[in-house]
Amino acid sequence: MDLKAKTYTIDVKHVTRVEGHGRIIVNTKEGVVQEVKLAITEANRFFENFVKGMQPAEVPWIVSRICGICCVGHQLTATKAVEAALGIQVSPQTILLRKLLTESQFLQSHVLHVYFLAVPDYLGVKSVLPLAKSHPDVVKRALRLKKLANDYTAMFGGRTLHPMSNTLKGFRKLPHLDDVAALRKRLLEAIPDVEETVRVAQTLKIPPYERETEYVSLKHPDEYALYDGEVYSSDTRSKVPVSRYREVTNEFTVAHSTTKWSKWHRCSYFAGALARVNNNFDQLLPQAQQTAKDLGLKVPCYNPYMNNVAQVVEVVHCAYNSVRMLDELLGSGLKEEDISYEVKAGRGAGSCEVPRGILFHEYEFDGDGRCSAANAIIPTSQNVNNIEQDMKAFVPKMLPQMSKEELTLHMEMLLRAYDPCISCSVHMLDVEFVD
Amino acid sequence: MKPKVAFFDFASCEGCQLAILNCEEILLDILNLINLVEFREALSETSPRYDIAFVEGSIHRDKDIERIQNLRSRTNFLVALGACACNGNVQARSNFVAPAVNYGVVYGEKARNRVQVDPDYWSLWAHTRVRPLDSIVKVDAYLRGCPAVPEEFLHLVKSLLQGTAPYFPQIPVCADCKKNENECVFEQGRTCMGPVTWGGCNSICVNKGYVCDGCRGSLPHANVDAHISLMREYKIDDKDIRSRYRLFLGAEPIGRGV
Repeated sequence: MDLKAKTYTIDVKHVTRVEGHGRIIVNTKEGVVQEVKLAITEANRFFENFVKGMQPAEVPWIVSRICGICCVGHQLTATKAVEAALGIQVSPQTILLRKLLTESQFLQSHVLHVYFLAVPDYLGVKSVLPLAKSHPDVVKRALRLKKLANDYTAMFGGRTLHPMSNTLKGFRKLPHLDDVAALRKRLLEAIPDVEETVRVAQTLKIPPYERETEYVSLKHPDEYALYDGEVYSSDTRSKVPVSRYREVTNEFTVAHSTTKWSKWHRCSYFAGALARVNNNFDQLLPQAQQTAKDLGLKVPCYNPYMNNVAQVVEVVHCAYNSVRMLDELLGSGLKEEDISYEVKAGRGAGSCEVPRGILFHEYEFDGDGRCSAANAIIPTSQNVNNIEQDMKAFVPKMLPQMSKEELTLHMEMLLRAYDPCISCSVHMLDVEFVD
Repeated sequence: MKPKVAFFDFASCEGCQLAILNCEEILLDILNLINLVEFREALSETSPRYDIAFVEGSIHRDKDIERIQNLRSRTNFLVALGACACNGNVQARSNFVAPAVNYGVVYGEKARNRVQVDPDYWSLWAHTRVRPLDSIVKVDAYLRGCPAVPEEFLHLVKSLLQGTAPYFPQIPVCADCKKNENECVFEQGRTCMGPVTWGGCNSICVNKGYVCDGCRGSLPHANVDAHISLMREYKIDDKDIRSRYRLFLGAEPIGRGV
């Protein structure tokens, strides 16, 4: 097709199969790209202002409402930040329980994203619904895995969404060890489903576009960092402590987005499964490393579409690592702990990896123990800048060989590959193409 | 004919739509009984008319008002899904601060000033105040709670499929606690919003060792005066009582008035 004829206005006003409201705008004139924009149009909710005046334990409980899909991650990150502000130390038992909660959330979120939001693009259907008829085994497997992950979260969190069991210093209610043993058994029985998920991922034809960027994630000396660690950059190959997170995110506002943007050592950076796998590949369990090999993910990987594959690698890691941690818990047993704490003035930051990338929360408390300042920097708001840079790099490469429809689909797939969580980041996303 | 069902969201965490996707065991059965025509979080399709629309989220901006009015005009039955849609939820706490102050704190002075002067940004950014759906349009049924309760969703769907009105009894969370034989939170030396809060959640938070914070909204005819006296008996000062009422009920008259 004649490049000169390629004058497109693509405007995807409400990108579907993403969490939140975003819009993609692509504008090309006679084969030349005029404008590529990722606009975020979610309404503001002002969490950082309205948590002021709250008591310390109320803060993690309320800020989990930033996002339904990542509620566990927001709650745990806020819990760590408030504990840092008040100087609260937690027991190894509490840390183990929180790590279990973390991995349950990774399983739930990645399974949902891969099967419900990403796979339909690769199978050429508009949603998971037609798959219920054409590929019933795939849909039933996705639902089985999702239910297992949700039950796993509920066992340690008290329920799946906005869990109430985790609080400052520990847990309000502990699970029964019999139930923990039953969960371990169910996880082991689900390994064939996990292996089938890897086989589904093998059939996906991942678009071959690469753009090298900075990859940012937590890094921990002893384990694949999900619950804890320091902030690592693939550019400097060095870490900074979480308390200095503002040096990492350098937030700024842009006109077409109600989410704030981030940059560190270059114009944008990547957070999420691919960044974690790139930065911490050697710490993945052997089964997960093998999965990466089977799926053609070789680190460092610069193809953002491969983020979906990295999520599958993490599903394998979390499945096996969860069994390992449950064994540890069953070995050590559970005991009731004192979860009372002293209120005092202070300021503290916390960070966890959540399914979509690195998450930072920071809180300050006055002498009465009331929250006086808050800040939350969400993976999607760190990623939107990088997504727009990818779009700017890829549209000129795609334009000569793609129709408008294909280009639109590839832009939407790119956005979905990042698994954006727009409620989190503003909380919204819109895709608009202007030809 | 199968009813055309759609899901929409405004300002929210989208967790209530997720709560419905979490009904894994019965999801495929429900999908056989309805015609799911729009669900942005999971599908790419859209439709001009609906029999039942589930709407999550609270209304913040003028353009959101236009959108919910337009939605209302295209659906026969409108369900407020979850606390944000039913009563404004936690974000209604920001109603007690001027929007310009909120923008300044969250986005910085520069962004705040731009919001105020640039008409291109006004429609996207202009936040007025947090309102539940029924302050703008007629709502036919409420699925309360943060998050909404899957059992209540299933009850509602079954009722509508049979052509009957879903029934949610006006009972406080205390009734659920009694049924579950929980020790009263006040007896444990802590305070609870359960006596004035719409029940039906199976008192899940109290069952799991926490207290009720009132996410399901205030029960009609709740005896707020008696509840406040009780809180005072437990040496909770008035500032904390107000903070408690404004945690989940900031957009309700009961939260504004305390």
